[in-house]
Amino acid sequence: MLALSNVTAGYGAFTALWDVSLRVDAGEAVAVVGPNGSGKTTLMRVISGLIAPRAGTLTFEGKAIGGRPAYEIVGHGIAHVPEGRRIFPALSVADNLKMGAFLPAARATFAESLARVHALFPALAERRAQRAGSLSGGEQQMLAIGRALMSRPKLILLDEPSMGLAPVMVLRLFDLIRRVRQEGYTILVVEQNVRQVLKLVDRAYLLEVGRIKMEGQAAALAEQDFVRKAYVGL
Amino acid sequence: MAARALGLVLLLALAGLPFVPMAGMRQYTIHVLVQIFIWSFIGGAWALMGRFGLTSLGHGAFLGLGAYTSTLLWNSFGLTPWVGAVVAVLLTAGLAVIVAYPCSRFQVVGHYFGLVTLAVGEVVRLLIIAERDWTGGSLGLTVKPAGGDSVLALQFADRRVFYYGALVLWLAGLGVWRWVDRSMARSAMEAIGEDETAAASVGIHVTRFKVGITVLSAVLTAIGGIAYAQYISYVNPDTLAGIGVSLRIVFAVVLGGMYSLLGPTVGTALTIALAEYLRVLFGLKFIGMAETIYGLLLILFIIFLPAGIYGSARELFRRRRPAGRGGPRYGPPHPPDVRSAPA
Amino acid sequence: MIDPVFLAEAAINGLLLGGVLALLALGLNLIFGVIDIVWIAYVDLVMLCMYAVYFVVQVYGWPIWVGGLVSVALGALLGIAVHLLIISPILTSAPVNQLLATGGLLFFLQSFATFLWTTDHRSVRLALPRLEILDMPISVARLIAFALAIVAMLGLYLFLTRTYIGTAIRAVSQDREAMALMGANPQRVYVVTSAVGGAMAGLAAALLIIQYAVHPFFGAAFGPITFMICVLGGLGNMVGAFVASFIMSEVIAVSGVIWSTEMGYVIAFVVFIVMIFVRPGGILARRG
Repeated sequence: MLALSNVTAGYGAFTALWDVSLRVDAGEAVAVVGPNGSGKTTLMRVISGLIAPRAGTLTFEGKAIGGRPAYEIVGHGIAHVPEGRRIFPALSVADNLKMGAFLPAARATFAESLARVHALFPALAERRAQRAGSLSGGEQQMLAIGRALMSRPKLILLDEPSMGLAPVMVLRLFDLIRRVRQEGYTILVVEQNVRQVLKLVDRAYLLEVGRIKMEGQAAALAEQDFVRKAYVGL
Repeated sequence: MAARALGLVLLLALAGLPFVPMAGMRQYTIHVLVQIFIWSFIGGAWALMGRFGLTSLGHGAFLGLGAYTSTLLWNSFGLTPWVGAVVAVLLTAGLAVIVAYPCSRFQVVGHYFGLVTLAVGEVVRLLIIAERDWTGGSLGLTVKPAGGDSVLALQFADRRVFYYGALVLWLAGLGVWRWVDRSMARSAMEAIGEDETAAASVGIHVTRFKVGITVLSAVLTAIGGIAYAQYISYVNPDTLAGIGVSLRIVFAVVLGGMYSLLGPTVGTALTIALAEYLRVLFGLKFIGMAETIYGLLLILFIIFLPAGIYGSARELFRRRRPAGRGGPRYGPPHPPDVRSAPA
Repeated sequence: MIDPVFLAEAAINGLLLGGVLALLALGLNLIFGVIDIVWIAYVDLVMLCMYAVYFVVQVYGWPIWVGGLVSVALGALLGIAVHLLIISPILTSAPVNQLLATGGLLFFLQSFATFLWTTDHRSVRLALPRLEILDMPISVARLIAFALAIVAMLGLYLFLTRTYIGTAIRAVSQDREAMALMGANPQRVYVVTSAVGGAMAGLAAALLIIQYAVHPFFGAAFGPITFMICVLGGLGNMVGAFVASFIMSEVIAVSGVIWSTEMGYVIAFVVFIVMIFVRPGGILARRG
C-alpha cells in the first residue's frame, strides 16, 4: 500500500532521514521504533506531505506522493495523527471531529463516520460540546485519532501516541488502537514505547540516527537486545 | 584588500567633492549627498535593531522626539542644540525603554512588535499635531535663525560645513555598526534571534540586550533627526514622525540589505535618488504620481528582491565566482517566531 | 463643572463610534489570526471603499444601500486581490518584508488616491431626521452605523462558529499545519479570510462615509487608532479587540468633551502607552 524508497529528508541544512526504505501492506500494522531524535517524526511528516523529501520516492497505492502537499495527500487516503496530538484547543470536540471530515468525500459520509467514531470512543460522544483544550491527555489522543478517522482514511499514521500519557492510559490507548486496527484500518505507528507497540503490530523497523538499522516481525524484534535495553535503560 | 583600497578612494572622493567644479550643479549635489549621509546614518541606526529581528515601524517617534526637543529648546530658551541633543537623547532613551522593556519581557516580536512601534510612532506624530500651540502642529516649526554662522547654534550659511558634518556623522554611524558587529552583543543578539529561550538558558540576559540595542538605535536616530532639523532648519510632524518616514527608513535599509555595513547606505542612496528623479520628472504636474510610482516600485522590490539589492548583488557575485573567498555572513538568521501574543 | 448632559452625550457618541471601530479592529484581527500578517494598509482599503460609496451615492445618485452593497463587494474583491497579489508571494518571507509589503501598499494607495481625486474632502450627505433623546442631539447616521456594525459583528460571530468554512478559519488560526492534515488547502482558507476581512472593511467604509468626509489620508487619521485598539486588545484576540474598541472610543469621546478633541487623542495615546507597559499582551491576555 505504502512504499518508501531511499528517501532522504530534513530541515534546512540538517538532514534527518538518510536513504530510508520501508513498506506497509494493506491491513498491516507496522511500527517504526527508535530513540529520541532518530527521525521518526520527520518520517511521518514526509509521508503525510508536511515536508518534501530531498531524494527518493514515495508511493501510495501505486501513486507517487513524494513532494505533494499535505492537503492533497489526505485526499489519497492517508491520515496523520501528529506528534503531540495537535487538536484545535479552542474548538469543541464536535467541531474538531467536523474538521476531520473536511474533504468533500468525507463530508458526504459524515453522519456514518461520526457514528463509527462515537462507537469506538464513547467519551467523545459524551463530551461533544466541551472545549477540546480542556480534555485530559488521553481524551485528547482519542480525539486526535477520532478526528483522523473522520476523513475515511485507508492508512493511519500515528506519531508517538503514548507521549505524555500516564502508564494506565497508555495501556488503554493501545487497546483502542487495536480496536481501530480491527475495524480494518492499516496503521503505521511511530513510538518510543517499544515493548507496548511491538505487542500491537505485525512488523517493525528500527530507525536510528535517520537510518533503518533493523526490520522484521514484531515477535522477532521483541527478542532483540535493544528492546531489552530500552525497557531497562529508559 | 581591493575593497579597502576602493573604500579609501571613495572616501577621498567624497571628501574632495565640495571643491570639484560642477557647472552649477554643486549646491544640488551637496544637498542630495547631505541627505544621503544623514538618512544613511539613521538607516544604519534602524538596522542595528532590524538585523536582530526587532522590526520597528515607529522610528519616526525617535526622530520626531529628538528633532522637536532640540528645536523647541532652542526656539524657546535659546538652549544650544548641543545641549538640546543631550536632553533629546535622554528623552528618546526613556521612550525606547518604555517600548522595549515590556515587549522584551513578554516576547512581543515580529508583526506584533512592528504594530506596537508603528502605533507609538503615530502617537508621537499626532501628539505633535495636537499640541499645536507650542509645536506648530501640522505646519511645522522653523528653527530660529541665529543670524549668521554659529557653531553653538549649529547653523551655517555655507552648505559645505553641513556636508562635512554629515560625512563625519555617517562615518561615525558606520563605526558604531562595526563596533556592535564585532562585540559580544552581536552574537548574543543573534542567539536571541534564533531561539530566545535557549539563549536565556545559557545565561544571556535577553531583556538587557534587547532594551540595550533598542536604546542605542533610538538615540542614534534622535541624533540623526536633530542633524536633519538643523540642516533644513525646519521640523514638521509628517517628515519627521509618523508612519511615512518610519516606513521610508525601513524600506531603504531592507532594499539595500540590513545585514551588511553598507547596506543601509546603498539602499538610502538609491531610494533618495529614486525619489529625486521622480520628483523632477513629475514636478508639479501630476501631484501624487511620483509617490504612487515610488510605492509601487517598493512593493515590487520587496516581492522580487527579498534579500535587498546589496544582498542579491552579492548572491549574484558569489555564484559567478565559485572559488571566491568566504565573505562575512550576509543571510538572515532563521526567522524568529512571528506569533507572540498569547491567544 | 461640565454639564452631565454633555458627558452623557459624549459617552453615547463614544459608544456609537466604538461600534464601527470594532468592525475595523475585528477585520484586521481576523486576517492576522489566520494568516499571521498585519495589513498595515487596512484602513486605506477602507478609504478606497469610502470613495466608492461617495461616487455611487453622491455623484451617480444611487440610494445609500446600493452604495453599501457596492462597498462590501468592493471590499471583498480588494481583500482577495491584496492577498493574491501582495501577500501570497511573501508568505514565507521575513516579517520585516511582509510588513513592508503592506506598508508599500499604504504609500501606493494614499498617493494614488491623491493623484486621482486630490486632497479635497468628500462627504455623502444623507437627509436624515434629527433625533433628540433626553435633550441630547444624537446623530441618526451614527445610530444606524452602530446598529449595522453590531449586526455585522453578530453575523461574523455566527459565520465563524456555525458554518463549516467559518470553523475551518478558526481552526487554521489555531493550528495551520493540523488543518492542512485535514485536507484544507491553506491558500483557499486564506483567500476566504481575506475576502471576509475585506468585506468588513467595505462595510465599515459605508458606515464611516455617512459620518465623516473621506480624503486620501483618511487612513492616517483612523489607522493609528485601529492599530492601538488591536494592540490594546491583544493582536489576534477578537474579543479583546471588541472590548478595546469601546474603551478607546470612550476615552477619546469623554476626554474630548472634558478638555478638547486633541486632548482626547492625547489621553487615549497615554492610556495606550501605559497599557503597553502594564499588559503588552493585551488587556485580556493571560499572564506569563
